[in-house]
Amino acid sequence: MKLDFEVNGRAVAVETSPARRLLDVLRQDLALTGTKEGCGEGECGACTVLIDDEVVNSCLVAVGQVAGHRVRTVEGLADGEMLTDIQAALVRFGGTQCGICTPGIAVCAARVLEREPEAPRARIRELLSGNICRCTGYQLIVDAVAEVAAARSKRGP
Amino acid sequence: MVVQQSVGTSVPRVDGEAKVRGTALYVDDIAVPDALFGATVRSRVPHGILRAIRRDPAFDWSGIVVATAEDIPGRNTIYLIEEDQPALVPIGGRIRHVEEPVALVAAPTRARAFAAAAAIALEVEELPAVLSIEDALRAEVVLHGTDNVFKRFEIRKGGDVEAALAAADLVVEGTYRTGAQEQMYIEPQGMVAHYRDGACHLIGSLQCPYYVHKAMKVLLALPDDQVIVAQSVTGGGFGGKEEYPSMIAGHAAILAKKAGRAVKITYDRDEDIGATTKRHPALVRSRLGLRKDGTLVAVDVDVVFDGGAYITLSPVVLSRGVLHAAGPYRCDNVRVVGRAVATNTPPHGAFRGFGAPQTTFAYERQMQKAARALGIDPIELRRRHMLRSGDTTATSQTLTYSVGSVPVLEAVARAAETPISAKQSGGGKSPPVRRGRGIAFYFHGAGFTGSGEQRLAGRAQVALTKDGSFEVRSSSTDIGQGALTIFTQIAATALGVDVARVRIAEQTTAQVPDSGPTVASRTCMVVGGVVERAARALRARIEGWAASRGIGYADAARALAEAEGEVSETAQYEPPPGIEWDDATYTGSAYPVYGWACCLVDVAVDLDTYEVTVERCVHAVDVGKAIHPIIVKGQIEGGTLQALGWALWESVVYKNGRVANRRMTDCIVPTFADAPEMETILVEEPYPFGPHGAKGVGEIPMDGPAAAVANAIEDALGVPFDSLPILPEVVEAALRGRR
Amino acid sequence: MTSEYLRPAALDDALRARRQHADYMVLAGGTDLYVSAAHRPEPPGIIDLFGLPALVGVAEEPDGTVSIGAATTYAQLLRSELVKLELPALWAAAREVGALQIQARGTLGGNLATSSPVGDTLPVLLALDAVVELASESGTRRVPYSEFVTGYRVTALAKDELITAVRVPPRPPGARQYWRKMGTRRAQSISKVMLAGCAQVEGGAIRHIRLGLGAVADRPVRARAAEAAVLGQPPGAQTAERARAALAGEIHPIDDVRSTAAYRLAAAQNVVARFIESLAEP
Repeated sequence: MKLDFEVNGRAVAVETSPARRLLDVLRQDLALTGTKEGCGEGECGACTVLIDDEVVNSCLVAVGQVAGHRVRTVEGLADGEMLTDIQAALVRFGGTQCGICTPGIAVCAARVLEREPEAPRARIRELLSGNICRCTGYQLIVDAVAEVAAARSKRGP
Repeated sequence: MVVQQSVGTSVPRVDGEAKVRGTALYVDDIAVPDALFGATVRSRVPHGILRAIRRDPAFDWSGIVVATAEDIPGRNTIYLIEEDQPALVPIGGRIRHVEEPVALVAAPTRARAFAAAAAIALEVEELPAVLSIEDALRAEVVLHGTDNVFKRFEIRKGGDVEAALAAADLVVEGTYRTGAQEQMYIEPQGMVAHYRDGACHLIGSLQCPYYVHKAMKVLLALPDDQVIVAQSVTGGGFGGKEEYPSMIAGHAAILAKKAGRAVKITYDRDEDIGATTKRHPALVRSRLGLRKDGTLVAVDVDVVFDGGAYITLSPVVLSRGVLHAAGPYRCDNVRVVGRAVATNTPPHGAFRGFGAPQTTFAYERQMQKAARALGIDPIELRRRHMLRSGDTTATSQTLTYSVGSVPVLEAVARAAETPISAKQSGGGKSPPVRRGRGIAFYFHGAGFTGSGEQRLAGRAQVALTKDGSFEVRSSSTDIGQGALTIFTQIAATALGVDVARVRIAEQTTAQVPDSGPTVASRTCMVVGGVVERAARALRARIEGWAASRGIGYADAARALAEAEGEVSETAQYEPPPGIEWDDATYTGSAYPVYGWACCLVDVAVDLDTYEVTVERCVHAVDVGKAIHPIIVKGQIEGGTLQALGWALWESVVYKNGRVANRRMTDCIVPTFADAPEMETILVEEPYPFGPHGAKGVGEIPMDGPAAAVANAIEDALGVPFDSLPILPEVVEAALRGRR
Repeated sequence: MTSEYLRPAALDDALRARRQHADYMVLAGGTDLYVSAAHRPEPPGIIDLFGLPALVGVAEEPDGTVSIGAATTYAQLLRSELVKLELPALWAAAREVGALQIQARGTLGGNLATSSPVGDTLPVLLALDAVVELASESGTRRVPYSEFVTGYRVTALAKDELITAVRVPPRPPGARQYWRKMGTRRAQSISKVMLAGCAQVEGGAIRHIRLGLGAVADRPVRARAAEAAVLGQPPGAQTAERARAALAGEIHPIDDVRSTAAYRLAAAQNVVARFIESLAEP
């Protein structure tokens, strides 16, 4: 089946079974390997992408379901050379160690801070709780995201 | 121009940008054109004789490659310490655990490979299985030797322990049980194998390229230079990718050889949880004899680790467990006996801490009981009797260098001045909550035991390359712990150049020397030290060349590179003076140096739901020197949460030798919402033989917090908790039992 | 191999597709149906209801009935002021489903159709006397949720039917709602015990009481004996003890890989007692 949708701002057309997982189509057909598989069950969040600005587990989405919709992956966060402030903060604050959970967290945090820019640390933790990290103990990731939230609020709207 | 020394600063991770962009290539991201996908046919029973391997004739086998033990070119074994573990069980051979690999299939798609694997049935004549430590010790069914004991160690110090116990004012006795723990690296295991011109090329998710290299030479009957092993960016290991990658590598290689094509094997999460190594379950029985003032007059510990079906790393895990079992306390009479036993479960293996968390849990629970029984404040009890510089350990090692026991304890003592929070949960009538506080004080030997590092003879090379930049070549891999960045800093500082001029060579056995494995908290302290010596030697050479030509150092490197091409220096590990260890009597300097730590945990127990919340977690760790403070902090916090997880949430449930909870839904680890805000206190007691004073930090944060949690819950409820995990179900049963 | 993927634009199209293809997977959020999907053969076809406008939305009828479209996601429930105000137990349950990613896709109808014993919203539907609306090309019918589940993961949904809405009748005036979930951890967790409660106190006595329990049986259950024990009684500690005692006789939870019978019973008793006690507060 031919499926048309948008990925990272670009129109794509894929000819494939609509039942395939979006995660697999992104990684195999579109060579966007930034989105990772950690569990295949929607538990770990390593496969997090945005569909129409909602954070979702791409391992639980049939690719047919995104036809006509907008998908954004980690590759679509940065603007070419420039990392987003969240990505830069994750590096600076030690919020990435082995890095396998990092794309999912970068995508989720980007959306979370857009929706709740004043989220305090406890709320940041709740909002990111669908992304599992085994390396950091979460502390430095929360530091990074909280720092970005603070910096954005200082800069003003 | 003065170059700022980067050691001691938190420079941006050298691999950070790729990771946040999603461009770092993990094994499943690597495009391997024309690769086949491999899958594994595994035993479903824990013990038996393999009689037949049957293919379903109704399945479409076209395009499928099947391999069995007969296709193994060399010796059918995954060589590690012994050669007892086969890569594939042969017909007529013995199946020793559920999930034991028997056959392999490769297919053009992963789905076909899994379907083909499911179409192969095994005929196994079942035998009675040994499924617990108790079963193993009873030895009604013997799996190994005459008594199911893979390995035994004994540590003795001083005089008659029984007599000392009899003369003690108080004897504290306890039995401690801890279960298996799954490493749960978020990237499941995987390897790619490809034969080219007779040589086997392997790349995958791993910690120790040379371990895989050694194992493959034996399995594939290939010489040194015909096995090339490289690491792809690896999404976590924690020990779980120390040895197991050799098994997957072997499988991928066997298939690749038979198929004549590249083969990729990646595990789904359920196969990874079901089949790969876990922390050794443990049964630790301890008796402490104390005087009224808390002085330890006798320590008597019996340690039993469940090694699973094969020896693999159990002797070394047991060794470390036993060497830490008497704890960081002064005592003149010590007896520690340790055994690793065989059971019909998937072999247990390396996981951060490597035996020490299990015995640390026991001794810190014991010290808590002693404090309560004697009416001594827990921190004061440690303060009075902990090992300090000049004291001797249970193996009669006199502690000299870098003994940070006092500063870490005092840091926690200061934190303890803040009382337990009395805050209530918000809104309406709050559910009944009991709060409590627990501490744990402990140590962790850095590097390999005794003469292990000398035997490893780890090497590293630092090169000035043709373009005037520098390259560090070592087999130490980055598995998230920041090895690439730390080595960059150490080398750049030693060379007197900016970090931007230093890169780390790809960790492939074709290009880097064997620095020893990426384990045992040795990467920074031991290998970093070797890197530093090589870098210093290279700098001296450049300076010498520059001086003879009257050039300044800043221009010399490029000029030398232009003139002579690549110039490099290799260094090999040199043990510090005074490390004498006797393997036969298990006495002497077990480790060149120890890390020291103290942890304070405040908990709140909800009496309606029996759930435990960690409300405060303070961890003071003596790391010698923080080469990169943020990386070190990240190691401590990551290890701390794994320990809290082991204490409160994580358990591996076995049913008839098979892991029953093999999905992340049921084999849980803590989330952002479960993790407490952590306070990390870095203490630096420099170790003169580590680079800039650094010593190991990777594992120590795992050892202590579980005991602190159990101690805190006991403090809250007045009931002892001597097994892990302390699930709400366990709290409920304990409170019910008390009623 | 999936031969057909259908995304009906209107309810009629969806019902026709359902009748014509009883073997097609009816897919909305996929948070249950697509778990480990890579390991299973593809369904013969897919009827995708995610975002179907006729099935999305929350509306209040003049008499106070709240109607929720079956394809309404947890995220949409959480964003609904109406749900937060009128159905706080449902709102609280939605908040504890999985995490953000699951909430963005999982639907109320999916929770109903899967009918897991640990479905998070299901005890709430019991406690609020919810009614399930089912539609087929032959017509629409309404089944009280208490009659909807007929066995372990078996519902009254017929092969040609779709769940179209959940209807919550008007709550007794001043009734309080309660939700408590004990999961395996603080987020992204499967329930071990759940309590959804709805109670009205008037004239110093409990006039209306519903206790919906999840994860203590093969389906969500009403604790009818406990309800009977407190009906007409003054809220408070003594009445709470009656509920606790009655509950012990009527639920028989099991040991499984996630929890124990003893824990489930004890925790259920505690939170039921806590709820009954809380009714004494203003």
